[in-house]
Amino acid sequence: MMLAPAARRELRASYAFVERNINLTRRYWGWEVVWVLYTVANSLAVVLIAQSVNAAVGQDALDDVQIDALVLFLAIGALVWHYLAVVFETVSDMISWERWEGTIEYTFMAPVRRSTHMVGTAVFSLVYGFLHTAIVLVIIVLVFDLNMGNADYFAASMVLLIGSISLVGIGIMGAVLPLLYPERGAQMTHVIQATLVLISGVYAAPDQMPEPLASLSIISPATYVIGGIRDALIDGDSVLTLWPTLLGLFITGLALIPVGVWVFSIGERYAKRTGRLKRSG
Amino acid sequence: MTTLEVETPAFSWPVATTPALAVRDAVKVFTSGPSITKRLRGNTTPSKRVVAVDNVSFEVARGEIFGILGPNGTGKSTLIRLVATLLSPDSGTIEVFGRDVIRDEAAVKRLINRVSVEPSFFKKLSPMENLMYGARMYGVDPAQARLRIVSILTRLGIERSSIGSPMEDMSRGMQQKVAIARAFLSSPILLLLDEPTTGLDPHSRREVQAFVREIRDAHDATIILCTHDMKEADELCDRIAIVDHGRVVALATPAGLKELVASDDLPNPTLEDVFLQLTGRTIEEDIEEPK
Repeated sequence: MMLAPAARRELRASYAFVERNINLTRRYWGWEVVWVLYTVANSLAVVLIAQSVNAAVGQDALDDVQIDALVLFLAIGALVWHYLAVVFETVSDMISWERWEGTIEYTFMAPVRRSTHMVGTAVFSLVYGFLHTAIVLVIIVLVFDLNMGNADYFAASMVLLIGSISLVGIGIMGAVLPLLYPERGAQMTHVIQATLVLISGVYAAPDQMPEPLASLSIISPATYVIGGIRDALIDGDSVLTLWPTLLGLFITGLALIPVGVWVFSIGERYAKRTGRLKRSG
Repeated sequence: MTTLEVETPAFSWPVATTPALAVRDAVKVFTSGPSITKRLRGNTTPSKRVVAVDNVSFEVARGEIFGILGPNGTGKSTLIRLVATLLSPDSGTIEVFGRDVIRDEAAVKRLINRVSVEPSFFKKLSPMENLMYGARMYGVDPAQARLRIVSILTRLGIERSSIGSPMEDMSRGMQQKVAIARAFLSSPILLLLDEPTTGLDPHSRREVQAFVREIRDAHDATIILCTHDMKEADELCDRIAIVDHGRVVALATPAGLKELVASDDLPNPTLEDVFLQLTGRTIEEDIEEPK
């Protein structure tokens, strides 16, 4: 199928954002090393909680099999959340970074659709998030003896990939905050992230959470991504078994992307009316 | 002097009578709202109101270098941002080659580019990386863009060895030249220059001014030049609009403006004299910047 010239032009333009972000990542390589070390330390700290359960309660509350299961449960939560957080942050930071560098007016004056801008940023975020998480995964596997014998990696990858679309949509909505609030908008996106980590069953099963968190977990797409990946990696659920989850995530993603772009376009019009593109924060 | 190679813009010129830029009754007011506590008490009256652009109208013909002269904070940059689609006017219309900046925003964006007073770049990226980012956004073929980037930057006096080094290692003057190269790379037919030589040393300033003339003469671009440098405006501009408190107080050729205030006591006025006579103050007296 041939793409229309306008669509081809937009697709080529979207690579501007991929290439720019690759160059920025390369130029800030020192920061990337620090970021990986920080993530590894955080993930190891979470997983170590499982290994120290018996010591914490002062008795052998869990046997070795149960501790291994808890290690796996928390490790998957930490890793999947790290991936989703990187995707969310990269998309929502597309405005913060431009404000910091002072390039926001140049980018917004360019003849590219905002959706093109976002597609380029989202594609980069998915690849970057995957590579970043893979590094952390290798280190966790080396440190802990994870039992992944039942895992269906293909099903887990599908859940991760399709689930990412929803997070991109939420990230686009989050990006409107630094657009409207130059001074504190970037920090405000962290509130969204913290809320998602709280209600999405990252470190606790949603049905074990107190109300109203348990009810709120139902509306978070991340709940289904993390749950689906746990089902695939711990219980070995296949794509066929997980198809309701995959379909739900796909539909949610398809809805959240245009909603995100729509919310952002309203924010952009407001920023142009009030002169908020100018201020660098 | 080597001549720059430039792509022909993918644009069919409108009929000769269509101005390159038509600003009609443009108004832009900035307000800062009351605090949240005041709003909760029902007070929605803005606490501060600045009229940045006040019923401004003018037309610029194709191929002109049109100067907008005024002190800092008088609305020059706001006017440029309105043309650049970075702000929306509260009322009035702005058309670039007959295309409205609000209704035909995408089409206008393809015709224009802008150099602002601050060269805004990703500072860790090199000139090549920054300009390739711009080239891709403007749909310039990447292979051609790489050749043209080297050609334009070396023409502007930037050494080849600096083209791959981070922007943060360059002086402000060099960065401003890269900003001009970036704008020129997209072959705009309307180039918006917002104080492009502010803060540059005299040599760099002359180089940039020569380049501006070359862009107009060799590449048929129309140029809007915002400045508070009287000498620069006098030397470069075909016509000048003097702006004060968001209003155009006079618009004519540099010679025409001088004629306006010439008298027996002041037979050979400068543009500074013109500004003083028309506004009652010197151009160095900054006005509070609209937020």
